[in-house]
Amino acid sequence: MRARWVRRSVVALSSLLLLLLAGPAIAQTAVPSEAAAEASEAATEPGVEEPSETVFGFLRRPGEEGEEDVPVEGAQIVIRTDGQEVGTAETDADGRFEFGLPGPGQYEAELLLDTLPEGATLTSEAEDANILTFTIAPNQTRPLLFRLGESSSVTRGLLREFLQLSVEGVKFGLIIAMAAIGLSLVFGTTGLVNFAHGELVSFGAILAWFFNATLGMHLIPALLLALVVGAAFSGLVDLGLWRPLRRRGTSLIAMLVVSVGLSLFLRYAMLYQFGGRSRPYRQYAIQAGIDLGPIRIAPKDLIMVAVSIIVLIAVGLILQKTKIGKAMRAVADNRDLAASSGIDVQRVILFVWVLAGALATLGGMFLGLGEQVTWDMGFTMLLLMFAGVILGGLGTAYGALVGSLVVGLFVQLWALFLPAETKNVGAFVVLILVLLVRPQGILGRRERIG
Amino acid sequence: MDFGLILDRFLEAALGTDAVYFAVAAIGLNLHFGYTGLLNFGHIGFLMVGAYGVAITVTFFGLSFWAGLVVGILASIVYALLLGLPTLRLRADYLAIVTIVAAEIMRFLFRAVTFREVTGGSFGLQGFARDFYAINPYPPATYALGPIDFSERQMWLLTVGWTLAALLAVGLWLLARSPWGRVLKAIREDEDAARSLGKNVFGYKMQSLVLGGVMGGFGGFILATSQQAVQPDTYSPPVTFFIFTALILGGAATVIGPIIGSMLFWALLSATDAFLRQGVSSGVIPSWLMDGVQVGAVRFMLVGLGLMLLMIFRPQGIFGDRRELALER
Repeated sequence: MRARWVRRSVVALSSLLLLLLAGPAIAQTAVPSEAAAEASEAATEPGVEEPSETVFGFLRRPGEEGEEDVPVEGAQIVIRTDGQEVGTAETDADGRFEFGLPGPGQYEAELLLDTLPEGATLTSEAEDANILTFTIAPNQTRPLLFRLGESSSVTRGLLREFLQLSVEGVKFGLIIAMAAIGLSLVFGTTGLVNFAHGELVSFGAILAWFFNATLGMHLIPALLLALVVGAAFSGLVDLGLWRPLRRRGTSLIAMLVVSVGLSLFLRYAMLYQFGGRSRPYRQYAIQAGIDLGPIRIAPKDLIMVAVSIIVLIAVGLILQKTKIGKAMRAVADNRDLAASSGIDVQRVILFVWVLAGALATLGGMFLGLGEQVTWDMGFTMLLLMFAGVILGGLGTAYGALVGSLVVGLFVQLWALFLPAETKNVGAFVVLILVLLVRPQGILGRRERIG
Repeated sequence: MDFGLILDRFLEAALGTDAVYFAVAAIGLNLHFGYTGLLNFGHIGFLMVGAYGVAITVTFFGLSFWAGLVVGILASIVYALLLGLPTLRLRADYLAIVTIVAAEIMRFLFRAVTFREVTGGSFGLQGFARDFYAINPYPPATYALGPIDFSERQMWLLTVGWTLAALLAVGLWLLARSPWGRVLKAIREDEDAARSLGKNVFGYKMQSLVLGGVMGGFGGFILATSQQAVQPDTYSPPVTFFIFTALILGGAATVIGPIIGSMLFWALLSATDAFLRQGVSSGVIPSWLMDGVQVGAVRFMLVGLGLMLLMIFRPQGIFGDRRELALER
């Protein structure tokens, strides 16, 4: 028994390692031009040292109704680090500016408003909207985006802002919900609080990035392929690690600590493989918003919201109507009773893991599409997922949905009154308050909290 | 491959500042996890509160370093009370989630531009430990301990730190043998049984959380003093997991476990780093496998793998007793 599971874990772990090690090889053979470019960059002679950390951008303002954007020439952007001025970039006739930085680190770019031509203003009315802070990694080239256009705050009252942020909140909440339902289902069926769930989210986003940017697939097939691989990976982890541990009778607390170890391993494996910088997908990275009544939303966000809702309804239907869904609920309700009425509990749990992997992958890809892909995006997300799941009631799929929406809305609406940089704090404070008042969560059952 | 250098790194890290702040913090975590069975996944929050307590007192209020220590201890106590109130009645996994979340709240607040005048924002605060180094009894020199060298400042910090670790370990050993400690262990083994004997379980858990939290604050003092700086991202969630790994490596619910575990953790981490870097630069490790930048990530992958394997095959660590672990729930 023991030997068998050891063998199995070894097989699973070594296949995992192979996957990780094969990565760089694939990456190098697949895109020789990029690899060559990187190599030549690295091989630059020290004598002809050119700054390899660069920022660039375009300044354009919207033209008349139906006309093309107009480039803004002669605007100046001052670059500073630690309060010290590094230099000034000026836009050319195409509105383009570029600036070579002295090295990696944290910088601040200030667009000098009085160098803008008559009539050109920033979209945002915020006091420091003309200052962007950014961090730059070694050899990174990154764009800086100053949005020019007619100022929107005159027409945008508190109510409009509220509606806009609510839409953002629903979008974010749906993304959290998709990832969190898997976390909650896993807890419901196995009792495991899986700290490695955030890594499934990052893994999904990075897989899609790999298929999209490195292998050059279009984003949509890349997403579908990543979905399959992410789900399979999650299932494999159950087969190779969690099932043997369950069979061995490892306690839940011990499994929780194992999941922490797995989370560290996977997270740093992604840092090893993907690197520390954030990268966008090749398609749909930047989209202009369209106006829908009082709110403005990018088409990709509309599609993401629609897909999320469809997926969540589908998950609900699976849980309510299908045989496997009913079996999942039965196992979550009472594992022994489910087993004795002829349900193959291990198979059901495997299915839960595969489903959780697929949902987490989808959530990660949507997150990466909204922002960018980073190696540790899932961990930040994990804490929000925990907040959502506990808020709704740990172990209940619908509770996870409700709780995540609350978290998403709260995170976004927090920025209405309080500094946006502390917005995650809002979700966490709500979590702690709910635990004080109703520890079983909104839809949870009293008995679960022990 | 220069194995002498790797051995030097191993010894240096085993005695160095990282190991000593880990040891002190791990002793606190040992009281939480090892003796009381509290799954505190946000221990780094206590270190952060202690460190910032000192730094803010000195740089913002202009008081002395020693006053800062008092403030840091008080801050750790308040933080523990706030943390314990909503969570100690809940199950272990809830506590784990809330503690990690609370530590992140603190980090976000210390980072926030809004409070930059007090906290220094994401750049943090510097230069608040001059009082401590001003009473350094070691004259300026380089002190050689076998093959490794420390400056007089390091010597002073390490002397204080390791003395503190030893005192705390002995203190905890005495506490664990006392009637108070036996109640804690009873709570760890079976909370309901302890409750049915008329013990105020919530109160005991809270005392353990506060006491261990203050030890975490001490760990924060050592870390902040060694760097003469606090910066919010030093206090990120993975550090708690590393302290956990060190504790489990040495053996939870033992006197010497957290100390040896911390020494070994940093020694192994540092030696692996030296080994991999030499391998990379000498070409023994091929460049398609890893480069100098990736070495850092690979070390922490190994930590994660190590934590998994430890927990699966030897949860009691080096010195522990398997029956003494709060795992059977």
